[in-house]
Amino acid sequence: MDWFDNVKWLTDFPQIGRSSLRLMSRTIDQHYRAFSRAYGDDIEAFFRPLLDFLLWFEKLLINTPWWIVLAVIVAIVWIASRSAKITAGTLIALVLIGVFGMWEDTMRTLSIIVVCTALSIILGMPIGILMSRSNKVQAAINPILDVMQTMPSFVYLIPIVMLLGIGLIPGLIVVVIYAMPPIIRLTNLGIRLVDKEVLEAANAFGASSWQKLVHVQMPLALPTIMAGINQTIMMALAMVVVASLIGVRGLGQPVLQAITNQYFTQGLLNGLAIVAIAIVFDRASQSYGKRLQRHREAAHG
Amino acid sequence: MADEIAISIRDLYKIFGPNDKAHVDAVRRGMTKTELLAETQHVLGLKDINIDMPKGAIQVVMGLSGSGKSTLIRHINRLIEPTAGEIVIGEEDVLAMSDKRLRDFRRHTVSMVFQRFALLPHKTVIDNVSYGLNITGVPKPKQRETAAYWIDRVGLAGYEDNYPAQLSGGMQQRVGLARALATDAEILLMDEAFSALDPLIRMDMQQVLLDLQKELKKTIVFITHDLDEALRLGDRIAVLRDGEIVQQGTGQQIVLTPADDYISSFVKEVNRGRVIRVETVMTTPDEGPVVPEPGSVPVRRGTVIEEAAKKMSDKEVTRAHVIDPDTRQPIGLLTMRAIMAAMVMPLPADALTDEQIEALA
Ligand SMILES: Nc1ncnc2c1ncn2[C@@H]1O[C@H](COP(=O)(O)OP(=O)(O)OP(=O)(O)O)[C@@H](O)[C@H]1O
Ligand SMILES: [Mg+2]
Repeated sequence: MDWFDNVKWLTDFPQIGRSSLRLMSRTIDQHYRAFSRAYGDDIEAFFRPLLDFLLWFEKLLINTPWWIVLAVIVAIVWIASRSAKITAGTLIALVLIGVFGMWEDTMRTLSIIVVCTALSIILGMPIGILMSRSNKVQAAINPILDVMQTMPSFVYLIPIVMLLGIGLIPGLIVVVIYAMPPIIRLTNLGIRLVDKEVLEAANAFGASSWQKLVHVQMPLALPTIMAGINQTIMMALAMVVVASLIGVRGLGQPVLQAITNQYFTQGLLNGLAIVAIAIVFDRASQSYGKRLQRHREAAHG
Repeated sequence: MADEIAISIRDLYKIFGPNDKAHVDAVRRGMTKTELLAETQHVLGLKDINIDMPKGAIQVVMGLSGSGKSTLIRHINRLIEPTAGEIVIGEEDVLAMSDKRLRDFRRHTVSMVFQRFALLPHKTVIDNVSYGLNITGVPKPKQRETAAYWIDRVGLAGYEDNYPAQLSGGMQQRVGLARALATDAEILLMDEAFSALDPLIRMDMQQVLLDLQKELKKTIVFITHDLDEALRLGDRIAVLRDGEIVQQGTGQQIVLTPADDYISSFVKEVNRGRVIRVETVMTTPDEGPVVPEPGSVPVRRGTVIEEAAKKMSDKEVTRAHVIDPDTRQPIGLLTMRAIMAAMVMPLPADALTDEQIEALA
């Protein structure tokens, strides 16, 4: 029995002592706090222009008379999709949103989604392009993307809030982290799938790397990249409720309120509004993507 | 044939694999493709290639699938890096070019037509044809003008604004050809350019190429696995097998004196009447000038015997004389009997004298 006590590690997992663990957490947290106290303001200043832009855009959407905004959105959907069905659906969805008193929140959500998507594209596409050019870069970035996509977003909420407090910018960062991986992955994939012969032809005519990228790789990868953008938008929308936890206003907040107060109808209505926006974005961007590559399907004539 | 050399390939070796340079010597000492693969997992692509390609003429490289044709032609514009060897074009070794020089060389000196067309699917016909010029930075109006000219020359006028997917295979390859011609490169590489096309369309395209070539006099390297195509197009033909050249020469030389059984089996079924030329079967008197008999029909040197026979039977005569197109003097005599004999009887190689063999060139 004595012997068995000595080999306790056989029955219980040998673990760090509780006090050491506490010490470790505390030390890391303290250092991080010190870091955020020292640099938090600088980082905030860095994001300032972005915040200003976001606020300006939000105000623009809210302060412009609703019927102008409505007309512009419907027009954009029409230009992108050229589909009467999708355009009419958009109109009906927006009217219902307005009628049920969710117009302002919807505009807030719309503005953060648009900005997050734009940011994800601006940051994600170059990363995807880099990945497509080198297997080493791809091998290095892929695990990071895995972490970004699978790490519960509440976890990286913590350091971001510690650093920047609550508000629009931390919300934006959280959403972008979560929504960016698809655009990176699909840019990379799309470029790697470009027909080798067409690329060879570009080489044979003496195209430089940049010329190959602009004339051949990006245009041929575009349908795949569009699918990535579509996914990015969907994921950004899925984060709206989480982002409202750290003070991002919009359709997420009433949902949050509904959860704490058990307002079923309020939750449902706002949830449906999110779904409606998602469907509008999805259908419009997909049919735009299809239209872009219609020349490929053209029958032999 | 004017014998100025446009492209000179010397001692070219290509081994596919991560450590290719290490195995060249073994291959030089005679290791075969199979042995190399078994012992080192490297694939022997090309072995000891030496070809001098004449300027302004069509050099055909022929061989079965996997014989290394695509590998060879891609060395000429260095889409594939060699393991060892030299490719000299106009005094310059292509394999020694810097990246920048190589890009320039590809923009101005060589252009290429691909087996599966390799057009840009998202661009219209005119934008595809302008592609090479666009890369070079030619001003837009000039691009359009040049592209429109070549689209017209390959018979696609009216299709400028179509997308490749809207065209048939033959039309797509016309676009490919126009794209290659538009850069005004003096060397044209064509890798099985017509192999993906139906037989009739293919004949059409061969004719298009021959007609253009009569006027343009480019140096063309044409890859094919089809002997008929090789004989129709090739001023000179090189036959490739398992990465090695097994025979080089004119179509006549290959057909009349195949170097080995491999080539014999290739040429067995060929229509000899369309290959053998009148000067090969004509006779010249031992002494004195060539005097055509009355009623004899004139045929130009270089005419194939099938055509000569047709001329003779149209005129209902059995005699013809061969004319030198430059001097317009008769240089030899032909009889229908000699033509028939040449058409049906395979000449055994050893039945020809060395002089006769030389005359085949
Ligand atoms: N990148 C490569 N790696 C390894 N082996 C290769 C590579 N490219 C070609 N090969 C091999 O080299 C040989 C010649 O190939 P190549 O494509 O030049 O033949 P080909 O004569 O053009 O045939 P086809 O008529 O099928 O086009 C083949 O055995 C092929 O398997
Ligand atoms: Mg090939």
